[in-house]
Amino acid sequence: MKPASTQPCPEWQAPSPADAGDPGCSPASLAAIDASCRKPILLLFGAGVVWLMIGTVLALLASWKLHEPALLTDHAWLTFGRIRPAHTHAVVYGFAFQAAMGVTLWLVSRLGRTPLWHPGIATCGALFWNLGMVIGTAALLGGESTGIEWLEFPRYVSPILFASYALMGIAGMPALGSRPQRRWFVSQWYLLAAVFWFPWLYSTANILLLFEPVRGAAQATVNWWYGSNLLALWFTPVGLGALYYFVPKRIGQPVHSHALAVIGFGSLALWGGWGGMQHLVGGPIPAWLVTVSIAAGLMLMTSVAANAVNLHQTMAGHFHRLRQDLALRFMVFGGMSFALAGLCGMLMALRSISEITHFTHLTIAHAHHGLYAFFSMVMFGSIYSIAPRLTGCPWPSPRLISLHFWTAAVGLLLYLGVLIPGGIAQGLAMNSPDIPFLEVVRGTIPYLRLRTAAGFVLAASHTVFFVHLAWMTASRVRDRDRPLHDATAHAIPISGGSAP
Amino acid sequence: MKGRRLFFAGILIAFAGSWFGLVYAPQIQLGRLEAVEIAETGEFHPPALPGSARRGREVYRAHGCFYCHSQQVRPPGFGADSARNWGPRRTVARDYLRDQPVLLGTMRTGPDLANAGLRQTNAAWHLLHLYSPALASPGSIMPPFRFLFETRKAGAGRSAGALDLPAELAPPAGCEVIPKPAARDLVDYLLNLKAAAPLPEAR
Repeated sequence: MKPASTQPCPEWQAPSPADAGDPGCSPASLAAIDASCRKPILLLFGAGVVWLMIGTVLALLASWKLHEPALLTDHAWLTFGRIRPAHTHAVVYGFAFQAAMGVTLWLVSRLGRTPLWHPGIATCGALFWNLGMVIGTAALLGGESTGIEWLEFPRYVSPILFASYALMGIAGMPALGSRPQRRWFVSQWYLLAAVFWFPWLYSTANILLLFEPVRGAAQATVNWWYGSNLLALWFTPVGLGALYYFVPKRIGQPVHSHALAVIGFGSLALWGGWGGMQHLVGGPIPAWLVTVSIAAGLMLMTSVAANAVNLHQTMAGHFHRLRQDLALRFMVFGGMSFALAGLCGMLMALRSISEITHFTHLTIAHAHHGLYAFFSMVMFGSIYSIAPRLTGCPWPSPRLISLHFWTAAVGLLLYLGVLIPGGIAQGLAMNSPDIPFLEVVRGTIPYLRLRTAAGFVLAASHTVFFVHLAWMTASRVRDRDRPLHDATAHAIPISGGSAP
Repeated sequence: MKGRRLFFAGILIAFAGSWFGLVYAPQIQLGRLEAVEIAETGEFHPPALPGSARRGREVYRAHGCFYCHSQQVRPPGFGADSARNWGPRRTVARDYLRDQPVLLGTMRTGPDLANAGLRQTNAAWHLLHLYSPALASPGSIMPPFRFLFETRKAGAGRSAGALDLPAELAPPAGCEVIPKPAARDLVDYLLNLKAAAPLPEAR
């Protein structure tokens, strides 16, 4: 492990054979890996950001409608109950999932030192995924929602998505299976587990809810088993896998502790899958199910704490890097949000707290805490790190990256800072039967207005990101002849990796 | 290689545990529930919905009503559901046997509807509320569902079912506002939302 250079890391400025110091890895093989990843992953990122923009417009509309209910009510497809699932699916399956898939494929092939197998297959998979997204979104706006949260796309869409996932997975399979080095990196544990868990999760939920639906209240248990595990066993491990690669990589340090990494991963694998039933607290299901999920939430704090301490200790002494390293800012923000969202999730599961917070806007705040403040911020940082290697172009403007970061950070802090207390106030009022229900509704309106304001700040940050990515792509198209890895570009003065 | 096998065995077993615990075990416990005959009334609970209410449930689902309205009553001592008159008892698994899909909901931006058909039995009120929530329920932030209604030329005399609207919402002279079939079905569904039959497990 060479000591980190004191120079700032200009990875966002120029792509280069950064891993020259990695064992068993020549710049040429890295170039071959990046070349194989180029089309499918740029497609996943590009389409993902387009879905992010679509999801943002839908989110602003839905948020505005909550305090201005008379807005755009003449058409069924514009009603709140259709805009909302279109928003969640655009950001969850359109943006977050595609970003996750792109980052996973890139990391898996890089860490496995194996190019993607027939990248055309993965490109096809990505195209079909987007086809499924378009059909599904049109169906939602047309009123064909299944009525099952997190799985609203009608059942003719899920086989398309499942097949697309399989196509993308096939391309990454050789990289999953091979690793010349003896040991797997921490990132690989998380990513391998995630790509293995997701298809099981998705197919089980689709079969038991849409194709051969189980009867009655048991549907709700399958529904929340899926909703919770999609976060805990797909998005969380992908986000942690990216953090365990990029944080050590960008500061040129090894991961702080192998033992903590093992504890963090093991406890997520053990307890991560047992959450979800707390979403049904007080509902018509056996109470033991809820108790199991609450207990699992408490046990899961082992994983949150181990990972938070491990990542923090890896960063310790290197926080000054955040001044120059813009991608790292997103990573560190995401890592801190992971710890906080984990803690909030555990607290919200406790019966004494969920008695108040269940059924309130706090649920929405928490979804954004986990999926946006943690996961999406890590994905932004990852895309800032990966895209220059795939396009062969530096990001045109570091200032735009900084602007994206600050608008996203301010927007998120406002969003959570408004909606968390707003949800608690709503819950307390709702549990006081002396307050008429319409008074409770009236009390939420100031918070909902401020939430829309936060939404506009976040929309600005997404626009900056979208424009920047388009600008980078355009400059690459203008400059086609440049080799993917420009030997004259700066050699990046970092070495080492996420090897324990 | 041995480490890898152990790794895959580990993540497989971990996931299988969650699958058996939270997906399969609830099926064992809830899968064999059947409708029961209520001794007091001689009726079965949950009752089969009439066709119009079943179509209404599709309207409810298609327009995402469940994003703002839950359909579950929490037990006494946990929240203020019964004090808010949302139901005479908690809801239990048997109440949902005939629901496809089960629309429990996770938000109460609007009130719970598990017993909407007990609280408000007036179909005309429901229709007016769908057309203009702010009129029927001042302060409501529910969106109006005017696309479920049509404004058409009135014949001689008022048609049955035309909405009785105040001046500021009234259609142009000679016209009337009539609910489309979807609006009538939806109201039939709401009127059929009742989870009050005295079940032994809900006591």
